[in-house]
Amino acid sequence: MDIDALAGCLASPACLVTQTTSGLIIGMLLFLVAVGLTLIFGVLKVVNFSHGAFYMFGAYFAMTAYQLTDSFTLAMLCGAAGTAILGLIFERVFMSRVYGADVLMQLLVCYAFVLIFDDVVRMVWGPEFKSMGMPSAFQVPPLFIAGGVVPPYYLLLIGVALAAAMVLGLGLARTRIGKVIRAAAHNPGMVSALGINTGLLYGGVFALGGMLAGLAGALAAPVRSLTPGMGFSVLIESFIVTVIGGMGSILGALIGALLIGLIRSFGSLGFPLFTEGLMYLFMVIVLVSRPTGLFGKEVA
Amino acid sequence: MTELQAGRASETLSAPRIETRSFRSRYRDILVALVAFAVLAALPFFFGSKALLDFVIRCSAFGLFATSLNLLVGYTGMISFGHGMFFGLGAYGFGLLMQRTGVPIPVAFVATLAITAVFAAIIGAICVRLKEIYFAFVTLAFQMLIHSTILTWASLTGGDQGLRGGIPRPVFLGIDLANHVHLYITSCALLVLGLLLMRQIAQSPFGYTLRMIRDNARRASFIGIDVWRAKLTIFVLAALFASTGGMVMALFVSGAYPEFAYWTISGEGIFINMLGGVTTFLGPMVGTVLLLILNDTVTRFTEYHGIVLGLVILFFAIGLRKGLMDYLLEWYAQRRDGRGERG
Repeated sequence: MDIDALAGCLASPACLVTQTTSGLIIGMLLFLVAVGLTLIFGVLKVVNFSHGAFYMFGAYFAMTAYQLTDSFTLAMLCGAAGTAILGLIFERVFMSRVYGADVLMQLLVCYAFVLIFDDVVRMVWGPEFKSMGMPSAFQVPPLFIAGGVVPPYYLLLIGVALAAAMVLGLGLARTRIGKVIRAAAHNPGMVSALGINTGLLYGGVFALGGMLAGLAGALAAPVRSLTPGMGFSVLIESFIVTVIGGMGSILGALIGALLIGLIRSFGSLGFPLFTEGLMYLFMVIVLVSRPTGLFGKEVA
Repeated sequence: MTELQAGRASETLSAPRIETRSFRSRYRDILVALVAFAVLAALPFFFGSKALLDFVIRCSAFGLFATSLNLLVGYTGMISFGHGMFFGLGAYGFGLLMQRTGVPIPVAFVATLAITAVFAAIIGAICVRLKEIYFAFVTLAFQMLIHSTILTWASLTGGDQGLRGGIPRPVFLGIDLANHVHLYITSCALLVLGLLLMRQIAQSPFGYTLRMIRDNARRASFIGIDVWRAKLTIFVLAALFASTGGMVMALFVSGAYPEFAYWTISGEGIFINMLGGVTTFLGPMVGTVLLLILNDTVTRFTEYHGIVLGLVILFFAIGLRKGLMDYLLEWYAQRRDGRGERG
């Protein structure tokens, strides 16, 4: 434990800025993964245990696309589109078969795919750590805000994630498709009776969730090292985020993700070894005081 | 087989019938346990292979763990994703007590159980109020909390290196656990005894209360059952057996490693349960043997054992849609019914 370091950082604006931005990018990446998770849970009532694999695939797709085309934009698109297609296939071919079954069966199907996907990545890209490298467009000197170092790429990452959050929030609240999705979350039988293809809708929502996780992976690829199984810690953390924020709540996912991001970045100063423990402790405290999460609705 | 029938009976029959059933079946269970123990204990005299004995010891550790998890998952409907923490707690508690205090093994055994009970009571008191998916995640969070505590508190637990230097095994009552055959027989005894006790719990009136809570907790609470207390009781009891499994494992590897407290142990436990089936008492035991055999053979043939394991899981989850024992049971029941109609 190193409380002095934490106190020292809180007193210095430079350190405060640096730690806050690093907390924000952790939080934003987590938000993108968690919001897909919470969306899939809200509509399909399935806890997608293999969501981390989409994050992983997003990162690997982006790396390969970047190496082939040398275009950062294409790499991001590839990461997002590739995982969207993967999500659609995964939902239609496998997950849709276990909707009626026990929750445990759904978890098992996902668990199976966690194992399979990790090995597929190991086969295709190899077991060693890979790195995509910072795209040349962002290899510029960092910005200094109040004396704190902020790489420009971080700003892009935060901006893209915020834009995704807004598009998603507005899309769900204002558009026709958003209305259908919310209706399906509420009463799928009725939505189906009104002539909407719920199978396609479920596939679409799953693809959207997968795409968001893939985008997070693609955005993370330049700043993180890539390894098979990289999705797992992200998965666990985004579970914590959804549970803290409340299952099925997008605003909750955003707040939860930012809180966890900040806990991680400041916690790593004060409690370098116990950072993970802090997150779990926080989750326990939230759940004990509010069993359905900060923004979750009371389920009867 | 009796499990399913008994489960059905509990819905339709009045209480006294169940009482006599379990009374009669108790002697049968004890008999089965004695025969099983005799067979296992005789094994070393016929097959000298160390690998086989090792396999049975590992089966004992994981079997105790998985069956105790089934008390929660299958009998009470509490899907715990953190049951592995008690496995880890057992391994570390026992290992540390033996290394640091030098008390006799039975004392360390009982003390570890006591420590586990205290932890389980505190964690359970917080968790068992929560509903399904939240219960799963809070137990998972506690598991990871314990895991990161083990990693952090390196001066006590050895951090990510694990508890090294071996566990001392002073001889007690003529049992020398440093001797492989003695260790084997002790593991078997613990397994059979543990299974027998868990069977008694499952078939007792309390066990049927648990099934009722699983099927309809609200109704159970209306007829005067304290659901919270019943859930907490089984949570603590299951933790004790999981802890015993952890101790067997610690003795087997002569140490304790952070992986014992990692969440994957809980995941494996759930997987074992699904593989074997949750509606029969011995389903998890069958699942344990299956998974260990699967793990051992697959890792020998390919480095990509995740794919093979994943495909097997998919076969069970999508193909059979239930565990092996559940499937066989249903198949058997169908066959018997079919014959009955024809006859």
